[in-house]
Amino acid sequence: MPGGSCGRGGELLWACWCPADELELDPKRAWAQDFLCGIRGKDFVMVCSDTTAVQSIVVMKQDEDKLVPVDSHKLFAVSGEAGDRVNFSEYIIANVRLYALRNGATLSTKAVANYTRSELATALRKSPYHTNLLMAGYDQGEGGGPALYWCDYLATLHHMNICGTGYGSYFVLSMFDKLWHPNVTEAEAFEMMRKGVDEVKSRLVVAPPKYVVKVIDSQGIRTLGEL
Amino acid sequence: MMKLDLSCLEPAAGAGREPCGLEAAGVSGVAVDSFPLPAVADIDSFEREVVEYVKPNHGTTTLGFIFQGGVIIAVDSRASQGSYISSQTVKKVIEINPHLLGTMAGGAADCQFWERNLGRQCRLYELANGKRITVRGASKLLANTMFSYRGMGLSMGTMVAGWDEAGPGLYYVDSDGQRTKGKLFSVGSGSLYAYGVLDEGYRWDLSVEEAVELGQRSIYHATFRDAASGGTVSAYHVTQEGWTKVRGEDVGQLHFNYYPAPEEHPCNSKDPLAL
Repeated sequence: MPGGSCGRGGELLWACWCPADELELDPKRAWAQDFLCGIRGKDFVMVCSDTTAVQSIVVMKQDEDKLVPVDSHKLFAVSGEAGDRVNFSEYIIANVRLYALRNGATLSTKAVANYTRSELATALRKSPYHTNLLMAGYDQGEGGGPALYWCDYLATLHHMNICGTGYGSYFVLSMFDKLWHPNVTEAEAFEMMRKGVDEVKSRLVVAPPKYVVKVIDSQGIRTLGEL
Repeated sequence: MMKLDLSCLEPAAGAGREPCGLEAAGVSGVAVDSFPLPAVADIDSFEREVVEYVKPNHGTTTLGFIFQGGVIIAVDSRASQGSYISSQTVKKVIEINPHLLGTMAGGAADCQFWERNLGRQCRLYELANGKRITVRGASKLLANTMFSYRGMGLSMGTMVAGWDEAGPGLYYVDSDGQRTKGKLFSVGSGSLYAYGVLDEGYRWDLSVEEAVELGQRSIYHATFRDAASGGTVSAYHVTQEGWTKVRGEDVGQLHFNYYPAPEEHPCNSKDPLAL
């Protein structure tokens, strides 16, 4: 391939004029068509995901909710290989809830993010999960507020204001770079999501047709609507 | 008087170089001083593979769009070879004639050579016909050249833009031989990022100032996200009177213009220990 190896997973994309050479569209890599993105505001965090479940080249269902709640104020947006995605997120969520029951205290979003990263990193050299996650949450009390974490299947964890995964994120990240500001409101963020999804739908060959948007603020998780 | 020691340029004394390639393999009929060939089993596939390592590629973002006030062309200026940035000051717009521009993405040499060749053909057309070539005609000349060399390893993604009797024109031409007319294109490794900003801000009735700014901003955001794009943003505006170069800004400077306060940038966390 011109310019070097494929950039998936790592954070480097090598020079090549034709993006298609880098982003090999391979039905076996159907997970890369999963689209997730997130925006963190002053007092909320918003996430968007496509709702398509794919098996090889077949669309299995159009109403899969990939935004799974962890507790009342936390959710995971998960993409990746179908089995790993569900198995890993259920495993983490069960353990987070178990911790809350045993100790009578919920973990912060930061704690959950670091626990998840650690589990993913431990598994990486044994039987790796092919799972990319966005972890969004709103922590009550002092030092709390909205938090948004991005974690790829190699267990790279980043705290982000805006983030995305999948082919769709290439189009959306630059747009969010331009539109985001520290005092972005919930309505502005929803409008950003709408513009982002419109862009993905119009520019990405393998764009999923349906998306769902959820927001977390001090009141908890709410579904804002479908796009 | 000191004399330069040029003995290193003389052929080595003694046994001379080791035989290699076909020579070493003892293939008969090859002269002793023939051009040495790589000692590999399949030289064809070896050359195909290895040429990719030495080919300077434009990791590039280029864009062009037509709007109410004419055509805007904007490009970055970085050239890279793999992960190495070989230049930050590459000119990726070729000024074919006062009414025609071509953009470059892909192999640097391929683009420069074939777009200059296009310039030559356009000039010959003018001399033969006593009038300027149309954008449609110029882009077709390039596409025909590309098609005739198809599958021979050329790597180009270009836009041909300009103004002729039919008004503003914009064509996408690449080394696969594809040629498409359009209102809005972006080409190169950073094109996906550029599209994100460009599509969001594009309207037909943009003012000239707004359009130039949109082109510049799209390239800037692409250079921010795409490691293979960077350097300076050059922007051109084409009207009935021909093209003018309207911008040439360093992307580092643009970054500080757009984000004077670092903490207001989405990729800066106020709390570096947020992990």
